[in-house]
Amino acid sequence: MPSYQFVLNGQSVTVDAPADMPLLWVLRDKLGVTGPKYGCGVGVCRACTSHLDGAEIQPCMVPVQDCAGRQVTTIEGLADGDRLHPVQQAWLDNDVAQCGFCQPGQIMTAVALLRRNPEPTDADIDRIENVCRCGTYFRIREAIKQAAAASRS
Amino acid sequence: MLDPLRPPGPRPAVHPGRDSPISTPTTPRSTGRRRFLTYLVAAPALAVGTQLALDGEPAEALPGIPDVLDLGDALILAGLPTSHLLVLEVTAAGRVVLQLPRLEVGQGLTTAMAMLVADELDARLGDVDVPLAPARPELLFNQLTGASNSVRSLYDPVRVAAAAARARLVTAAARRWSLAAGSLRTQDSTVLAPDGRSASYASLAVDAAAVLVPAVPAVTKPVEQQQLVGRATGRIDARDIVTGKAKYAGDLDVPGAVPTVVSRPPTINGTVRSYDATAALAMPGVIGVVRIPSGIAVLAETFDQAMKAKAGLSIGWNPGPLAALSDEDIRRKLRDAQPPFVLPPLLTRHLDAEFDFAFVSHAPMEVLTAVADVRADRAELWFGAQAPIVAQQTIAAELGLPVSAVTLHVVRGGGSFGRRLFFDAGLEAAQISKAAGRPVKLMWTRNDDVRHGRMRPASHHRIRATHALGKVVGYEHRVATVRTDFRHGLGEALTAAAFDLSVAGITLSQAFFLLTERLPYDLGLSSQSLAEVPLEMHTGSWRSVYSGLVRVADEVMMDELARTLGQDPVAFRRSRLSDPAARAVLDRLVQEGGWGRPMPAGHAQGVAFHAEHRSSVAYLVELDATDRTAPRVTKAVAVADVGRAINPRGLEAQLMGALMDGISVTLQAGVHIDNGAVREGSYADFRYARQRHSPPEFAVHLMPPSGPPGGAGELGLPAAAAAVANAWARATGTSPRSFPIDF
Repeated sequence: MPSYQFVLNGQSVTVDAPADMPLLWVLRDKLGVTGPKYGCGVGVCRACTSHLDGAEIQPCMVPVQDCAGRQVTTIEGLADGDRLHPVQQAWLDNDVAQCGFCQPGQIMTAVALLRRNPEPTDADIDRIENVCRCGTYFRIREAIKQAAAASRS
Repeated sequence: MLDPLRPPGPRPAVHPGRDSPISTPTTPRSTGRRRFLTYLVAAPALAVGTQLALDGEPAEALPGIPDVLDLGDALILAGLPTSHLLVLEVTAAGRVVLQLPRLEVGQGLTTAMAMLVADELDARLGDVDVPLAPARPELLFNQLTGASNSVRSLYDPVRVAAAAARARLVTAAARRWSLAAGSLRTQDSTVLAPDGRSASYASLAVDAAAVLVPAVPAVTKPVEQQQLVGRATGRIDARDIVTGKAKYAGDLDVPGAVPTVVSRPPTINGTVRSYDATAALAMPGVIGVVRIPSGIAVLAETFDQAMKAKAGLSIGWNPGPLAALSDEDIRRKLRDAQPPFVLPPLLTRHLDAEFDFAFVSHAPMEVLTAVADVRADRAELWFGAQAPIVAQQTIAAELGLPVSAVTLHVVRGGGSFGRRLFFDAGLEAAQISKAAGRPVKLMWTRNDDVRHGRMRPASHHRIRATHALGKVVGYEHRVATVRTDFRHGLGEALTAAAFDLSVAGITLSQAFFLLTERLPYDLGLSSQSLAEVPLEMHTGSWRSVYSGLVRVADEVMMDELARTLGQDPVAFRRSRLSDPAARAVLDRLVQEGGWGRPMPAGHAQGVAFHAEHRSSVAYLVELDATDRTAPRVTKAVAVADVGRAINPRGLEAQLMGALMDGISVTLQAGVHIDNGAVREGSYADFRYARQRHSPPEFAVHLMPPSGPPGGAGELGLPAAAAAVANAWARATGTSPRSFPIDF
């Protein structure tokens, strides 16, 4: 079985896995990193959303071989120690979560969006495809706007 | 239990009534009719239990049916006789621990309960933990999460337990300092003396456990003195959620539990005719293949390998029992099941309408997942269970073990909407673990969830509203649904609450229907009835259950009646509401939502009202339907009266979620049945709303506190869904009859 090395949340990891195994299952079943959630396995629900070299990916759709030598960030790696990322803080301030299952993916999507586009409009936010079955969309929108405003000030 | 302070009361006497028809009591029962006993539980530090006893007796009602206000009252009644109803501990480490006999699925219950405890005990909110209790069979009917009943059923006992604990902590401090207990105060998890001395609850917990009779009254605070109740508070688990630390069943690290998936038939309830696992067993990472009644399970080192091996199985399937049925056939069966109207259309004007609602998947974000470790003489399971006692009993029977040998740990659920009333995955995980002889972590795939999961049953509605001289004089609503599966302990609970359905001559579903479906309006001679079509498919309560169908059709009819009678939809509703509190909700909505403001062409406002769970709500939505293929709710305002909101922020979240459910099921989200199989398979085609369907403007306004808390988890959906439907009707000039509209 081939071996792959990548940087996971700032730490170098090496894992033996079939080349085509999606990163999601490498993270969850081999490395015990459970923040990225399975919700569909086909890149639709986006509950697993994480970052590869800082850009949004759906780990259920990315084979581990594509991650070799690169930086993988999951929700667990977003905060700076005990200091939350501003988007995580905005999520707390707006009490966004209900069941919480989709929120790691929602937060990672929002962080990636704000990196690409520090001042997203409502239309930009409308393009987020992540499913929230509890229907927290309005608070997600408010939290993204708050995080965007905080980074301006 | 040590030395009860008062002997437990006798088992409440409940008398089935005899003669009078089922009726809606005009005055809500107050919680004052219930008596509370508290007692100490044997523990090294302070632990207090509460128990309820009933002072009054239910009045008479339908033969065999106690006269209760609604389903929530029935479930509270069923829970009354259980001792050890709640246990609250204060540990020597200073943690205040309430073992919650309910499931957290996002509804915010753990936060609301922590607030109640902290408020009554004068503890810091951060000192309170609310773990989910494992299945406790001694609770009988008091460990069921459903019917929007958790806050209603726990509001009093949780406060009583906390008050009892506070009184003992104060007494322990008074003894330590030789001061009068009445001179002491409590604040921030600390007892304070007038001379400035203080003692933390942590330091008092062991001494307080020896206090048999507190020196200060163990009574709950008057509501005016509540500090936290009613204050908007963030979830106590929010930080765990946003950092990825919150653990769901699939995230648990149970030693040896291997990833497991099940290959399921192409049709609902199809069966395995034959299978060959040779190729699958040779695939990388595969640990084993076992057959269970619902399909073929594959165990592997990772879920990826389990799913790939599942695809490598060679299985011959027998078609399921519905293989000859599609949506059209089911709709025909529903129409045929309906009895004719009672009122003939003689000499009176009438408005008739028929409505169809499609099947809807629960589709919680977290697919059903369960961990099971079954040994020869015991079993241990972990999953999110709304009805853990029934799950435990069923699994024990399936495994041939005594109930006491089965431990069921209740794990937070990633959404539910009624889905986790059923423990399909838990039962399968137990079967697989037993057959494979090792612990397993079973996960349903999203395809499994949509195609073999549970659904809100499809329904057909026939409504006749009779009117004369500008007034509605009669209203008949005939409902037919595919049978809803309530086999998760509801029948047993109602029996325990003295319901005798055989005496009443009704089915369990009809009892549920009678207890939940109330038309809030005076529409003259009104009646509603439920007919059921039994089909061998997986149905279940879906948020708001019958009200999500019945009341939506009612509210669409209210708009159409108003139009027929030339009246404003809000004014028409208002004139038919006898409850002043309900009229106040509508009035507030008009004011806050700007009802009647001019809207551009293709846009419209829609309004609807609903009362249930001793609460009421009205929604006003504004819909942009200029592109009929992509309607957008641009703004929504809700006004709610829930008696008393424990956590307004959590309540607003529930009303926001209910709005998104309403938008989804009214406009676009449902599932089809084609030849006995579900057509949809994921969120790609089961079109639950996305961010682009959510209103960028949303507000909730709460009426001032007026009494004990009502239920709220399912309150919003009927009015939200109907407001969207009414806005669609007004924006497009059509009369919607089939939901979802774009299906």
